[in-house]
Amino acid sequence: MIGLVVVSHSETAAAGIVEVAAEMATDVRIEPVGGDGSGGIGTVPDDIQDALVAADDGNGVVVLVDLGSAVMNAEVAIETSDVEAAIADGPVLEGAVNAAVAATSPSATLESVREQAEAARDIDKLNG
Amino acid sequence: MSGAAEAAIEAIEAVAERLEAERDHLTDLDSAIGDADHGGNMARGWSKAVTAVADLDDPDVATVVETVGRTLLSEIGGASGPLYGGSIIFASTELEDGLSAESAVAFAETYLEKVQDRGGAAVGDGTMVDALTPAVQTFKKSIEVDDIPPARALAKAVDAAERGVAFTVPIRVSKGRASYLGWRSVGHQDPGATSTLFIIETLSAVAEDRLDVAVESATDATSPTVPDEEPDA
Repeated sequence: MIGLVVVSHSETAAAGIVEVAAEMATDVRIEPVGGDGSGGIGTVPDDIQDALVAADDGNGVVVLVDLGSAVMNAEVAIETSDVEAAIADGPVLEGAVNAAVAATSPSATLESVREQAEAARDIDKLNG
Repeated sequence: MSGAAEAAIEAIEAVAERLEAERDHLTDLDSAIGDADHGGNMARGWSKAVTAVADLDDPDVATVVETVGRTLLSEIGGASGPLYGGSIIFASTELEDGLSAESAVAFAETYLEKVQDRGGAAVGDGTMVDALTPAVQTFKKSIEVDDIPPARALAKAVDAAERGVAFTVPIRVSKGRASYLGWRSVGHQDPGATSTLFIIETLSAVAEDRLDVAVESATDATSPTVPDEEPDA
């Protein structure tokens, strides 16, 4: 199964987003990672790498990220990791929910889960 | 240890000292348009880099530089970790055959490319790229076209970086955290461009010292110590 990693500048936010996404898909491995490692706001590539390893069962991991440097640190973590992983370019919470649902499909691939996460960009909250 | 590795370690110590001295200044700049952590992050990251390179056993210059990158990547939070650290790691391979004017240019160019790729910023976006790009281009041209000695080429790069930093003040920032402020970012000097300038300035000072070259002001094209220099275009 495709795993998920949720990267936020806030450890609490990452945990909360995973909590919401896991409601939709209890079997999927979803790892939260966030914070600067000492209780502050930030992201650390080493921590993201550990989360990639924890989320991967050999089939790959889709990474959801919040703001700017989360993207960069996730890119660095993926480049320096052996885990096959891809960042989804979409809203972190809605994307995580979409990705979690998509990952439960028996035919899910890294690409299909990422596409579903990115489809969350088009969710119309008011007129949907 | 090679002379180049020793010089690199000396330069890293000087950069760490400078960034510690500028900690509050950088933090003030960052508190105006960012999250007020740039001064502390840079000072801490480079201080840890000093310790990390001191622990290496007879390293070559590429290993010294790569170790700095790895330390910065782990220790500096925010975007500066991957931008500075990640790019230094990537560019350090250019120094595998040692430090020369040519390999220094290759390092600078590769570093700049990686910073631009990673951050997605171009000149004019109000980021460190605004200081780094003219500095690297000036350094490259000074060495490859004007045949200027490396220490003096670095002094010219400092000059270019200074103008780049000044350029970040009046413009609206369109990349990085400050871009969320929109027009409120106008009138503020970019902290990343500023720390980039401090680092290039320090490297230049160390190069002058180390190479025992009396570097005249970069704008002083008539300097008698560099008779072979072409006048500025």
